[in-house]
Amino acid sequence: MSAAIAVFRRELRIALRRRAEWAQPLVFYGIVALLFPLGIAPESPALKVFAPAIVWVGALLAALLGVERLFRSDLDDGSLEQMLIAEVPLALLIAAKLAAQWLLTAAPLVLVSPLLGYGLGLDTGPVVILFWSLLLGTPTLVFTGGFAAALTVGAPRAGLMLPILVLPLMTPAVIFGGGAVRAAVAGLPPDAPLYFLGALLALSLTLLPMAAAGALRNAMG
Amino acid sequence: MSRLEVQQLVVSRGDRVVLEGLSFSVANGEVLHILGRNGAGKTSLLEVLCGLRRADSGRIDPQPESRQRHWIGHKNALNPTLSALENLHFWAALNGERLDDPRAALSAVGLQKAQQNRPSGQLSTGQKRRAALARLVAVPRPWWFLDEPLAGLDVQGLALFADLLGRHAAGGGAVLVTSHQPLPGTLPTLRHLDLSPAA
Repeated sequence: MSAAIAVFRRELRIALRRRAEWAQPLVFYGIVALLFPLGIAPESPALKVFAPAIVWVGALLAALLGVERLFRSDLDDGSLEQMLIAEVPLALLIAAKLAAQWLLTAAPLVLVSPLLGYGLGLDTGPVVILFWSLLLGTPTLVFTGGFAAALTVGAPRAGLMLPILVLPLMTPAVIFGGGAVRAAVAGLPPDAPLYFLGALLALSLTLLPMAAAGALRNAMG
Repeated sequence: MSRLEVQQLVVSRGDRVVLEGLSFSVANGEVLHILGRNGAGKTSLLEVLCGLRRADSGRIDPQPESRQRHWIGHKNALNPTLSALENLHFWAALNGERLDDPRAALSAVGLQKAQQNRPSGQLSTGQKRRAALARLVAVPRPWWFLDEPLAGLDVQGLALFADLLGRHAAGGGAVLVTSHQPLPGTLPTLRHLDLSPAA
């Protein structure tokens, strides 16, 4: 477990020294969410209808930023080799790495989502559901992105391949996340889509690190 | 593990068979210098022995355990944003090892305090290699698998490496090392394994 904690702390330390890199998704997310109302007209009732999609698609695209370099730098400098031959299961180290990635790139999006929700004209009830849906859904986006990054780590044009590979895998989280907020806006219970997000989260946390570990071993060997 | 036996090892890279029916053994206290022209399979052999790559067939008895071996590959395993000291701490934590005096290990390979604290990306090629070799000093392990460890080392670095190698072998440790150049220093237990096809 101490090895996983070491990986987690290392990722945070590196990110603190490369602030511009991890701040990029947050800035991108903010720009998408703030410019969209200007394109529609801030007072338009349509804004409330589009709000869940705006926030969720923004979160998805922000999660895609920087995903490509998740394992690339470790591959380039040789750290990945040392992780592969360590005693600790590689899946655990990957889970720690992705958890740090979530904390750095997605957790801030979750925290500012209530502000964006209010900015997009949502009422308090849907804003609360927006927050919970992102809290449940963004780890799925990050872990799915991590799996795709592991699959393409050795590929020469991973930047092109990765979004094509990852979008179908991330789509269910966007559908259920947006669906939960839409239900709340319509005054319907959002429980079912939130449960689905929870199920996706459980699957992502348990299966994707193992799948990513297999992909990395395959890429190296 | 006092002896490593490799029998009839076959290793491929893609469609190409790089090692075919290779057999040898190494005992504690020996230094095995693995030679061969580019593409002869030197790196592949070490990667298989360390568990980074799978062999197509053959037997490795016993497969060296993580805690018993050091692997230093072509790449130094140094994150360029972190200092040599931080990289050493991370490597130790990754392997569940306790570092008694990491600065002493880095000093022993010739890195001054300022160099220990500088981001690894700002170190010279030779200094990075030294920072990687510091792992050998920081955590004693009986089996060393070193892939081109002399690359980038200056004359002092070569002398330092010769000293490390000599003391390790004299202390009963085993070393499997690839290098295109002769190993520095005098090693009484040095053996050669040439992987060139003509050998």
